[in-house]
Amino acid sequence: MSDALDIALRLIAVFVAFLVFPLVIGQTEHKVMAHMQGRLGPMYAGGFHGWAQLVADGVKFAQKEDVVPAGADRRIFQLAPAVALLPYLLVLIAIPIGPHNAVGQSLDAGIFFVLAVMGVGVLGSLMAGWASANKFSLLGGLRTAAQLLAYELPMLLAAASVAMAAGTLSLPGILDAFHWWWVPWQIVGGLVFFTAGLAELQRPPFDMPVADSEIIFGAYTEYTGLRFALFLLAEYAGIVVLCALTSVLFLGGWHGPFGADGLGWLWTLLKTAILAFGVIWLRVSYPRLREDQLQKLAWTVLIPLALAQIALTGVVKVVIS
Amino acid sequence: MAPENPQKKSGWPGSGLAKGLAVTLRTMTKRSVTEQYPEVQPELAPRTRGVIGLFEENCTVCMLCARECPDWCIYIDSHKETVPPAAPGGRERSRNVLDRFAIDFSLCMYCGICIEVCPFDALFWSPEFEYAETDIHNLTHERDKLREWMWTVPEPPALDPAAEEPKEIAAARKAADKLAAQEAAERQAAEEAAREAAPGNAQEQEGRA
Repeated sequence: MSDALDIALRLIAVFVAFLVFPLVIGQTEHKVMAHMQGRLGPMYAGGFHGWAQLVADGVKFAQKEDVVPAGADRRIFQLAPAVALLPYLLVLIAIPIGPHNAVGQSLDAGIFFVLAVMGVGVLGSLMAGWASANKFSLLGGLRTAAQLLAYELPMLLAAASVAMAAGTLSLPGILDAFHWWWVPWQIVGGLVFFTAGLAELQRPPFDMPVADSEIIFGAYTEYTGLRFALFLLAEYAGIVVLCALTSVLFLGGWHGPFGADGLGWLWTLLKTAILAFGVIWLRVSYPRLREDQLQKLAWTVLIPLALAQIALTGVVKVVIS
Repeated sequence: MAPENPQKKSGWPGSGLAKGLAVTLRTMTKRSVTEQYPEVQPELAPRTRGVIGLFEENCTVCMLCARECPDWCIYIDSHKETVPPAAPGGRERSRNVLDRFAIDFSLCMYCGICIEVCPFDALFWSPEFEYAETDIHNLTHERDKLREWMWTVPEPPALDPAAEEPKEIAAARKAADKLAAQEAAERQAAEEAAREAAPGNAQEQEGRA
């Protein structure tokens, strides 16, 4: 009985986090982006500095008509937003936020599970692009596919480097084995992982698949109402997952600096928040990469760097053992 | 690929990326310049061309403003009244009386020519700007509304420190000085006249003492 209660509580906690954190990041993006551009951002909704802007947006999306184009592949079209969003919920279950088993479900092959399921999320965009019966959607979908192929590899290699260092695939296991000097040791892998993750989320400057100034909104062009909102939510859930994973794998998760581990899960949240701020900051600062620049960056920079990181990890591992 | 500009190569690799991040971060720490208009009234310049106010007491229906208006947006109606002669046996005087003065602000292009040409200082710029209407026909504002806007006209800016005196004040001062000099001369003359008549009196008083 207490086992069932325990599981239920963990699932509810994960679900609440899944509903709250993406909205918090979305609101932060509204405000941070506005101030970085010398604006104020939302100021009306909810009264105090527009804190309820995303709630208002959600209500607006829910009121809109849910249109399916006549030529669309109906079932696939309607299923795509769920395929884009749900993987991030599943990934969130496996991410540890604090010591002492503070994780939705501890998995032995945690990294493997997390990266595999995150890859599924991108399939949602592919399905949307293919099923929309729209040439802009198709272009966006194909660009998404090209980007997925190019950036999944450096991401996996960088994560593999951490798994090698820790000698385990389990995320809590990696955190248990963490030492502060892992941060400089794995820094290159961390940068590669974060960059590749950004590209996989199609966040600017890697937003070629949804480049609104040339292909309208890529794979999401034909979507309206709640389904469109789900795609947007998937993007922000993806930011949460990417930042949490980066902080767990490369920044020591719930370990504080200089052995100050007392705060536990707050450290994880703090690191995730700082990384999420970085995601927003990058979006505001940089122009979009061209399609060929995207591919060049992945194949000629990120993958060699990730391989070099793996080599370094291997050498250091052999030397210290 | 365009040939690389040798000047562009300066700086360590990635310095351009760091500069981009620095620009956005610096902007974030500065106060944003957004006007929060309905909540906070804007700070307008002293000579803001918001709306045209009519000081109708000064208007003589000379029609100069209506004639000079480039887009014919000023409507003036008037009639003549006769004023009885000031002195008995004199001629009756005629006077223009303003019946209607309206400005169509849907046509007005805020050039201010009417204000410039008015010889009697009857038209003024007011910074008032919140007079939007839901129907374009309602933008033709009549004399009562234009008169109300006169209350929002700011007083003219002060003169520069060493500026010449305004003509009307100079003229008034000249007249006042003239009057004062005349009065002083009269008083002096009266005093002297009194002193000339006085010696007898003075001796009388001394004798009594």
